[in-house]
Amino acid sequence: MDTDIGALTTVFTEFYYWLTVALMFLIHIGFCMYEVGASRQKNTMHTLMKNSMLIPLVTITFFFFGWWIYWAFPNGPFINGGLELETAAANTAWSETMGTNLDDRITGVFWAAFLLFSWTAASIVSGAVIERIQSGAFWVIAVMIGSVTWIIDASWGWHSGGWMVVMLGYHDAYASGVIHAIAGGTALGVLVVLGPRIGKFGPGGIIRNISQQNPWLICIGLFLIYTGFWGFYVACNVPIISPSDIGGNITGVTYTATNIYLAPTTLGAITVNFLMSLSGGMLVGYMVSKGDAFWTYSGGLAGIITASAGNDLYHPIQAMIIGGLGTYAAYKLHYWVEKTFKIDDAVGAVAVHGYAGFIGVVICGIVLWGYPSSPYEGYAVITPWGQFAGAVIMFWVLGFIPGWIAAKIMSSLGMLRIPREIEIAGLDLVQSNLAAADLAEVEAAAKTET
Amino acid sequence: MDMTEIGNWAVDLADVGAIYPMQGMEVLMAIVGIVLWLAWHVWQFKHESAQLKDEVTKLKNGGDG
Repeated sequence: MDTDIGALTTVFTEFYYWLTVALMFLIHIGFCMYEVGASRQKNTMHTLMKNSMLIPLVTITFFFFGWWIYWAFPNGPFINGGLELETAAANTAWSETMGTNLDDRITGVFWAAFLLFSWTAASIVSGAVIERIQSGAFWVIAVMIGSVTWIIDASWGWHSGGWMVVMLGYHDAYASGVIHAIAGGTALGVLVVLGPRIGKFGPGGIIRNISQQNPWLICIGLFLIYTGFWGFYVACNVPIISPSDIGGNITGVTYTATNIYLAPTTLGAITVNFLMSLSGGMLVGYMVSKGDAFWTYSGGLAGIITASAGNDLYHPIQAMIIGGLGTYAAYKLHYWVEKTFKIDDAVGAVAVHGYAGFIGVVICGIVLWGYPSSPYEGYAVITPWGQFAGAVIMFWVLGFIPGWIAAKIMSSLGMLRIPREIEIAGLDLVQSNLAAADLAEVEAAAKTET
Repeated sequence: MDMTEIGNWAVDLADVGAIYPMQGMEVLMAIVGIVLWLAWHVWQFKHESAQLKDEVTKLKNGGDG
């Protein structure tokens, strides 16, 4: 801050990340509208509260330990070295840089940008399990993915020194795997234990459609997620940095934007690729679902998610085609898994985030095969096998398995699923009864007072 | 009782770092925060469990408890 260019760079970077946080709030509003629209009227308020309360819980736990994990775990630990305790010390809940500090203006906004990713990861799981999970059980799972498992995967595969980047050449610039595949995998792990909503499946392989209470709300919710996704995308970049600050192989003095690995890209490139992959996804979503609004909007999301791993480098037409391919695969897989394994994913979250994210990471390994994964010496290049291993780690190792274990433990304690009677009557029973009592009281009073 | 060593702003800001109150008590504040978080989960689980039990009883008794 003691030179003009230094002050400009710092203040611009601080404002840039702050703006991404404000935009990413819209993702959460969108998820809430989407979930409420997809639930039945008898579960409206419960569905809203289940998702909303992950905000404070993930926020405080991300402050207490999630952020420290990101800085401490890039080597595994014990895969490519030990814990990075020295670097992580500045990111503990008791570090001076986590409070108001004139000597560090970036940590706070950078922390907040990562936190909003955490909310997104937890919120993806929330939609899949609506109308039958106990709130307390979901919130434990939300803290698990929001402040532990996703941030471990970020430390491994979304950090300039992460062992997956160094050893596998893992590349996932806008989080196809590190957010979407892990969240989809976690949701699937929980769903396997949780089971379907009553009435979803019948004898003889019957699959019933549980109608959404408000398709319009769902579509507006998805529109808001698109809007917030702009913040998500640019938050994955470093907006401006000099080669000397990167300290890698880049020569000269030209400032650049970089991805999270500090490899160069441009804001223009990711803007065009975002729009082209959204378009590819929407076009295919509309086609494959024969004009269904839910799957057309979800297709746009799946398109972006599939192309995200390589959208820092793809050509826009590649982004469009990749977005379309991922959407087609996600749609087909959703119904195949539903029919084959009787998985009731109420909002298609496992498909749109999990399958599209997994496929996106793998496709990135083919299209970007041979690219350097980092500007630093000694890193593996991007390969199909490195990306496939990365996708497996994200979806299965850090996603499905922890989700399944957490759900199993809570199920064995009787804390996972709501009682059958409540599920049939509706989770808003208490509110409904109170509202009916209030109404009766007012009506009775009106009669006596007139 | 002063909560800070900062007496005025007539300083070179380049020499100023943390400016929040109660510096030196960060670990204690973190412990308090974590305890409050865990206690909230315990309370919530008990509350939800009791509420679900109560609702099931009411439903079994014909909806009026």
